[in-house]
Formats: sequence, C-alpha cells, structure tokens
Amino acid sequence: MRPFIYLKAYDPSAAAQALAAAGAGDNLLTDASIQPLAGGTTLIDLMKLDVMRPVTLVDINPLAAGWSQVSLEGDNLKLGALARMSDVADHPEVQQFYPVIAQSLKLAASPQLRNMATLGGNVLQRTRCTYFRDVSYANCNKRRPGSGCAAMDGFNRTHAVLGTSDWCIATYPGDFAQALIALDASVEILGKSGLRSMPFAQLHKPPGNSPQIETILQPGELISGFTITGRWPRSIYLKTRDRQSYEFALASAAVALDVQDGTVRDARVALGGVATVPWRALEAELLLKGRKLDDELARRVAEAALTGASASKHNGFKIDLGKRVVAHAVQRAAMMEI
Amino acid sequence: MTDRRLSSTSSGFNRRTFITAAAGTAVAVPLTARAAAVPASPASPQDPSLPVSLTLRINGEDRALTIDARTTLLDALREHLGLTGSKKGCDHGQCGACTVLADGRRVVSCLTLALVAQGKDITTIEGLGDGDALHPMQAAFIEQDAFQCGYCTPGQIMSAIACVTEGHASSDEDIREYMSGNICRCAAYPNIVAAVRQAAPEILQAAPEIPKG
Repeated sequence: MRPFIYLKAYDPSAAAQALAAAGAGDNLLTDASIQPLAGGTTLIDLMKLDVMRPVTLVDINPLAAGWSQVSLEGDNLKLGALARMSDVADHPEVQQFYPVIAQSLKLAASPQLRNMATLGGNVLQRTRCTYFRDVSYANCNKRRPGSGCAAMDGFNRTHAVLGTSDWCIATYPGDFAQALIALDASVEILGKSGLRSMPFAQLHKPPGNSPQIETILQPGELISGFTITGRWPRSIYLKTRDRQSYEFALASAAVALDVQDGTVRDARVALGGVATVPWRALEAELLLKGRKLDDELARRVAEAALTGASASKHNGFKIDLGKRVVAHAVQRAAMMEI
Repeated sequence: MTDRRLSSTSSGFNRRTFITAAAGTAVAVPLTARAAAVPASPASPQDPSLPVSLTLRINGEDRALTIDARTTLLDALREHLGLTGSKKGCDHGQCGACTVLADGRRVVSCLTLALVAQGKDITTIEGLGDGDALHPMQAAFIEQDAFQCGYCTPGQIMSAIACVTEGHASSDEDIREYMSGNICRCAAYPNIVAAVRQAAPEILQAAPEIPKG
C-alpha cells in the first residue's frame, strides 16, 4: 500500500472541503488523490491491490452520528449514507415495508463486511472484474483509460450483458443499488454549494467511452442519504450465484409490485449481476401494469427485461439466467402474502 | 509467553513464540528512536512517511502505539502488540480468519485501519477466556471437534459469538448463513454449526443484550 495522509472529518462541511481539494480534473471514484473513507471494505482492499492510490484519506466515520438514520417518516423511508448494511437489513420496518431492500442487503457480502460497510459506500462499490482488480493486466480502460480491455479477450463469464460498450464490460457488483433504482429512490448529495437531491437512477454512468468515470459525483461531493417514497411491502430481491451464500450475483432481480384484486397496478423491475450499472427494466414494468399476472405474462416480462442484451464469449448463459430470475421474482412477488 | 510453551519444542522456540518476540522487538524501534518526530495528532496534515501515535483499547486495556498510518488493525495486533491469536488468511476481507469484535460487532481487522479503530472497544480471541476458564464458545469448539488445522478457529469463534449475540443462531440454517463469512478449508463446517448451537443458550443467558452499533 502506498503512503497516505490521514484526515478525520468531524462535520460534513469539513469533509466536503477536504475532499474538494482533489481538484477539478480528478474523478472522485477512480483517480482522485483524495478519497473519503467510511467502512473501507472496498477502498482498503483496492489500496492493498494498488488499484486505488489516494494521497489523502478523509475519514468520514465521525459523520455517522448525523448520517446513519433508518427512519420511516409517514410513507417515506429515509436512509443515512453512513448507516451500516447490517443495521438496515435487520431493521424491522425495513423488513416489513421494504423487503426488497432488507433482502438485497442481507444477501450481500458477509456478516463482518455488512457490519462495516455503509450504504453510501455500498452503492459506490467498484467492480469485481478480475482484470480491473489485478494491476498485472496492462489493459483496463477503467483503471488505465485508453489501455484497452483485457476482459474482452479474457475469461468473461461473470461480465455484463447489458449496458456494455466497446471500452468496458465490467459488471456492477452491488445488490442494494438494484433495490434503490427499482423503488425510484432519490439520493441526497452534499457538495460545496450545499445539499442537493436527484433521482438515484442518475447517479451511475454507463461506461461508454470513459469507463473510468462511474458516477456523476464531483470532487468534494458526498452521498449523505437516500429517500424512498411510498411503501413497497410486496417486493423481493432474488439473487442467483455460484454458491448459496457470500458470493456476488450472476443474475439478480429486484421486483416490487402493487397488486389490487389480482391486477398489477404498479410494477418495478431492476436487474443485477448482468449489467454495467444498476439496471432498471422499464419496458418490463410497462408490460405488467394494468394486467393480471400469469405464466405467459411473466415470460414476456422476462424477455423484455433482457432486451438489448449482448453476450461476450463466456457469459451468454447470463441472458437466459437473467430472464428466468426475472420471471421467478415477478411470480414470487405476486404470490407474497402481505 | 510461558515457560511451558517455550519448552514444548526441542529448540525452545516454536513459531508462536518467535512471532511474539519479533513483534516486541519491532515496536521498540519507533517508540524509542523516533518518538520525538511523531506528530501528536494523526488528524492534522502531515508527511505521510511519518509514523502516527495512537491508542487502541484492546481486551479492556489501553495500548499506546507508534505505527505507520497504513497499518491495519490486524497487523497492529499481530506485529506490534504481540496478539497473534487473530490470524491473517487472505488479508482482503474474504476469509474471516482475522475477525475481531469492535464495540461488540464482528468486523474483519484486515480491512480496518488501526487509525480508524481508535475509540472502539476491540475484543480479540485473547480477551475471551479467564485464565484457564474457557469462554463457552471456545469450550464448545473443543467439545464438538469444530476444527482440524485450527488456523481459521480464532476468527470462527469471534464470529460465532457475534452470530449468537446478534440473534442469528436460532436454527442450523441461520447459523450456516450467518457464519458464511468464515471460511474453513478443512471443511469442519458441520462441527462448527454444532458448536455454535451448543454454546448459544449459555451465551444468551450470560449476555441477553444484543449489541447495537
């Protein structure tokens, strides 16, 4: 690990100020010389691997006192960015009214990592692409812009089939972000000019020709929290992986339904493990709205969810797997007793 | 290190005594030779090549350290404090061998900077027993034969205690899921589940409070 200066921020404005010193040319997530440190489960790991090389760490854990709420205010769920994954997964109201959120968190990582990792850090988690994580591979457009993509000619079984570009096929690895994007959450961001709120769906950027830029966050900006409007008791997160526990998704689906008298009034579908960014399947949602769910509709919804998917050499199975996960998740959500 | 351990190998040194002794030697250098150059507060801008001074609360005792800012909690324990019970497996947060409790919550010490662990109550495997009296989870691991090589065992035991106090040990299925962050390459998993199941009632009786972060 390279040497770094360690700063501790005791209030949000001090944190934003310290991080803003990174300079306009820096990207917060990738090359930034100044990085926020929360749970550290991604950052310290990638610093040991020499993938991330910050000159300064700004420890924002002292902000947890104000930024770790988990509270249901009327029909709005407020989640602080420094709430720990385990605390949110175990929260009774989250489990009851937002099972998709509780499950997405419980099925991620290990109990130890969930005790450490924060919600804000979780949505900014870096890809598990082997060629990104191992600096002995010279070609990685995400790590070294313009150097090429070793994954495209390499073993790409776990890579993305949606949202890919000629520059990058790395999979977005998280689970919680799929729940957030499905529920149309907003994200609150603290920056130099104060707090702003925007749709969570706009936070991540597809790789395009600059996969090193993963979000719209600017230097000095910090995620302070998330808001989910409305309650979604009929919702689930279904995750398929190579082993039953403690593994990243090969394909996953976050599904939330509002069903009245057998008819789907509102539907939300998002995919994980198959896309370069948290992926909302709007076409699939449209097919569900106003209809009664049966096997044939579930099949069509699943087809729609994977529209535009394109496989590399080893990950073609993900297209079919993703469809089956979506169909299964939609049917299970519809059958939930709430 | 006890005489009993020293005499347990023909050379008078086993691997554990060597690591402990070496750690004691290493820490003496920065403390004596470089203490004057150490900035008082690690929270102020500084030359990153300078060591930092900090205090960690380990097993109920305050321990002062002067270390490289990059030192993880795991390395601080093993290399600087002579507490070699916590093991280094993968060093990337994947295997759980380094699991310790921070304010009662299980964390992987290999991804925790020592600097960030300041102010927390850290419990390691060395802090569990009381003299010759084993912690109920330690006793259960022995009774259920819940290990072979033993390398993952300190992490398994720390994780198992938290698994119980979190309220995640009510069924074998739950125990398996909530112990999945601790890898055992000897595959003693069925016996580990049995040990957690055995110790759970006694631990819950002694400490019914579930730690909250």
